[in-house]
Amino acid sequence: MASIKVKQIKVDDPQSVSSVCPFNAIDYDGAFKINAGCKMCRLCVKERPDIFEYVECQAPKIDKDSWRGIAVYVEHQEGEIHPVTLELIGKARSMAAKINHPVYAVFVGYDIKEKALELLLYGVDEVFVYDHERLKHFRIEPYTEAMESFINENKPSIVLMGGTTIGRSLAPRTAARFRTGLTADCTILDVQENTDLDQIRPAFGGNIMAHIHTPNHRPQFATVRYKIFDKPEKIAENSGKVTLCKLDCLSFDSKINVLSVRKKEKTKGIEDAEVVVVAGRGIKKESDLEMVYKLAELLEADVACTRPLIEAGWADPRKQIGLSGRTVKPKLLITCGVSGAIQFVAGMQNAETIIAINSDKSAPILKVAHFGLIGDLYEIIPGLCQKIEAVRKYGEPANVL
Amino acid sequence: MRVVVCVKQVPGTTEVDIDEETGVLKRDGVESKMNPYDLYALETALQIKERRGAELTAVSMGPPQAKAVIREAYMMGFDHGALFSDRKFAGSDVLATSYTISQGIRKLGLPDIVLCGKMTTDGDTAQVGPALAEFLGIPHIANVLSIIEINDKSIVVEMDMPGSVELAEVAFPCLLTVNKGIFQPRLPSYKLKMATKEREIPIYSLGDYEDQDESNYGLNGSPTQVLKIFPPEANANHQIWEDGGDVLIDKLHDKLRELKFI
Ligand SMILES: Cc1cc2nc3c(=O)[nH]c(=O)nc-3n(C[C@H](O)[C@H](O)[C@H](O)COP(=O)(O)OP(=O)(O)OC[C@H]3O[C@@H](n4cnc5c(N)ncnc54)[C@H](O)[C@@H]3O)c2cc1C
Ligand SMILES: Cc1cc2nc3c(=O)[nH]c(=O)nc-3n(C[C@H](O)[C@H](O)[C@H](O)COP(=O)(O)OP(=O)(O)OC[C@H]3O[C@@H](n4cnc5c(N)ncnc54)[C@H](O)[C@@H]3O)c2cc1C
Ligand code: SF4
Repeated sequence: MASIKVKQIKVDDPQSVSSVCPFNAIDYDGAFKINAGCKMCRLCVKERPDIFEYVECQAPKIDKDSWRGIAVYVEHQEGEIHPVTLELIGKARSMAAKINHPVYAVFVGYDIKEKALELLLYGVDEVFVYDHERLKHFRIEPYTEAMESFINENKPSIVLMGGTTIGRSLAPRTAARFRTGLTADCTILDVQENTDLDQIRPAFGGNIMAHIHTPNHRPQFATVRYKIFDKPEKIAENSGKVTLCKLDCLSFDSKINVLSVRKKEKTKGIEDAEVVVVAGRGIKKESDLEMVYKLAELLEADVACTRPLIEAGWADPRKQIGLSGRTVKPKLLITCGVSGAIQFVAGMQNAETIIAINSDKSAPILKVAHFGLIGDLYEIIPGLCQKIEAVRKYGEPANVL
Repeated sequence: MRVVVCVKQVPGTTEVDIDEETGVLKRDGVESKMNPYDLYALETALQIKERRGAELTAVSMGPPQAKAVIREAYMMGFDHGALFSDRKFAGSDVLATSYTISQGIRKLGLPDIVLCGKMTTDGDTAQVGPALAEFLGIPHIANVLSIIEINDKSIVVEMDMPGSVELAEVAFPCLLTVNKGIFQPRLPSYKLKMATKEREIPIYSLGDYEDQDESNYGLNGSPTQVLKIFPPEANANHQIWEDGGDVLIDKLHDKLRELKFI
């Protein structure tokens, strides 16, 4: 808890002082005032310490030791566990080891008991199962109720959820019920010795990163999008257990009635590809995409595109990588004629190896790539395809002639 | 039927730059605009009004300048507006923001439907809607793709789920967050602009609220704290190859081989 205190000194140019604030939160009407737009980013304090002061007030201290455990909400579709859950379990495990807390999984649904055993293979200490016919469909009130019951019974310090359409609906509702903080779509998570969660997330469309804390409330909620963290290895020996939770405290009341469920056709998405070749605007016309597909075929890769190509109708929108498209985390990603706009990079920066082909030495993608190739893609791609084919056919070049 | 739509004023561009030395956001004359995702919520309300007849109110929490987004809603055909503004609301995170809006909406009287956008272009959390529904004590459906049917006591919508599209009926009062593309938002009309020029935008502050406990608002009511803002970092571990021609192709080929992709 804190506030910005203003020292009303005389300044020649109040406008320049107001403009220090990126949120237009500094008003001037003869005196400086902080308005409702303030986000407590403290930039004004840094820029004009002569005027602005950050004052910390005594906050009611909570007993952090009475909140133990890192809980992961199990995202699933009729028992089929979404892989983001495993990624979160992996993260939870590494953080839990630092503070010596248990890792929990909360599994809410119908006919899911068997599936719960699967989670133990990834090192969960205890899976709490809420299994009931009336939990068959995701409806917000009963699911929130189950989360509420879990939290009241187990008092976890941290609750992690996938940044999916379900997680983004359930997490804020549950966090609000406990009047605690939630940080959305974190890309980096770590835990301090005092169990405070360090949460780093992009905002402003990926143009800035914010480091966020929830110092005086428990549990600490965070959501993380799919493919941000690594999927953990199965562990050889698990000692975890599955606990079937009592349901008598749940009312299952809901004002929502699910009338029908239409499965989305399961096309293998670019999110699942191990190798991705990305075409950007360096590709001059649609027919030139041919060579990109050729390269992809040789590498057993999927082809994805930047937004301008999707907008031109050259590929299905599901093939778009970036902030307004998909997030991918393949083992290898090759960009061809992509400049590396921040909105694009937001969707691929976690790829294990990034190779960029670009004719412009100053293209921002070269800062992101592990290997930046300066050159004309119209030479490099066909050349590479030829080379791969030749080597496959004849072995190393020494033998070709 | 009454419908309330929540709209937020956001910076006109997300192209913010950070001075790496001072950590200060560089901005030159950044203007404000309506959060683009909220236009879809506004249009959804207008469609409901056209189909069923409804009284529409646009609300926003923000500094006095945020009146501009309410005025824009008037120009699209909204009947009423309200701004929730108070210095004590400064520094609000999602929890405090949604609580503040919930208190304001209670003040206006709970409507049949509350509509929110999917997310904003600044805070970008997509959380205010569900948290607001919790504070209003009403059910919510997030990621609404389309509206199928509006009945006297309920609405039938299609919602986007990770692996499916579900058809669901929800009873009033309820809150919906709508996806981009649910309807094509109309442009503000010049005629309505002229007609609503004089229309008032009432401002509600903490003194008007039922709960006036300052510890629930602004920074005091915000469990999350932004410790630091910084630019995204570039990959430090990178190589640039400028060899050109066949040498470059050979090098790339060998690298792919080394990494076992060919
Ligand atoms: C809110 C918002 C959301 C957005 N979301 C996304 C998103 O999800 N995904 C996305 O991709 N974009 C997104 N964008 C757009 C983004 O800002 C960029 O405009 C876009 O990514 C650029 O695509 P590009 O790299 O293909 O094209 P350009 O920026 O035009 O880059 C083309 C590159 O190709 C190189 N080149 C040209 N010819 C050759 C050649 N012969 N050989 C080698 N290199 C060559 C050029 O040097 C250049 O670097 C978003 C923008 C906004 C404002
Ligand atoms: C860099 C940065 C990162 C942040 N990260 C977090 C975080 O992770 N967690 C957190 O709790 N806070 C965070 N905050 C604070 C938070 O962004 C804002 O306080 C804001 O109130 C939350 O709204 P949003 O912009 O994310 O809205 P969203 O939840 O994305 O908005 C969804 C919808 O809610 C409605 N809505 C949102 N705000 C308003 C409003 N003021 N008036 C009317 N309707 C509105 C609109 O219909 C909108 O379409 C962050 C702030 C900054 C500057
Ligand atoms: S703390 Fe940040 S948001 Fe608040 S007034 Fe200062 S610069 Fe503006």
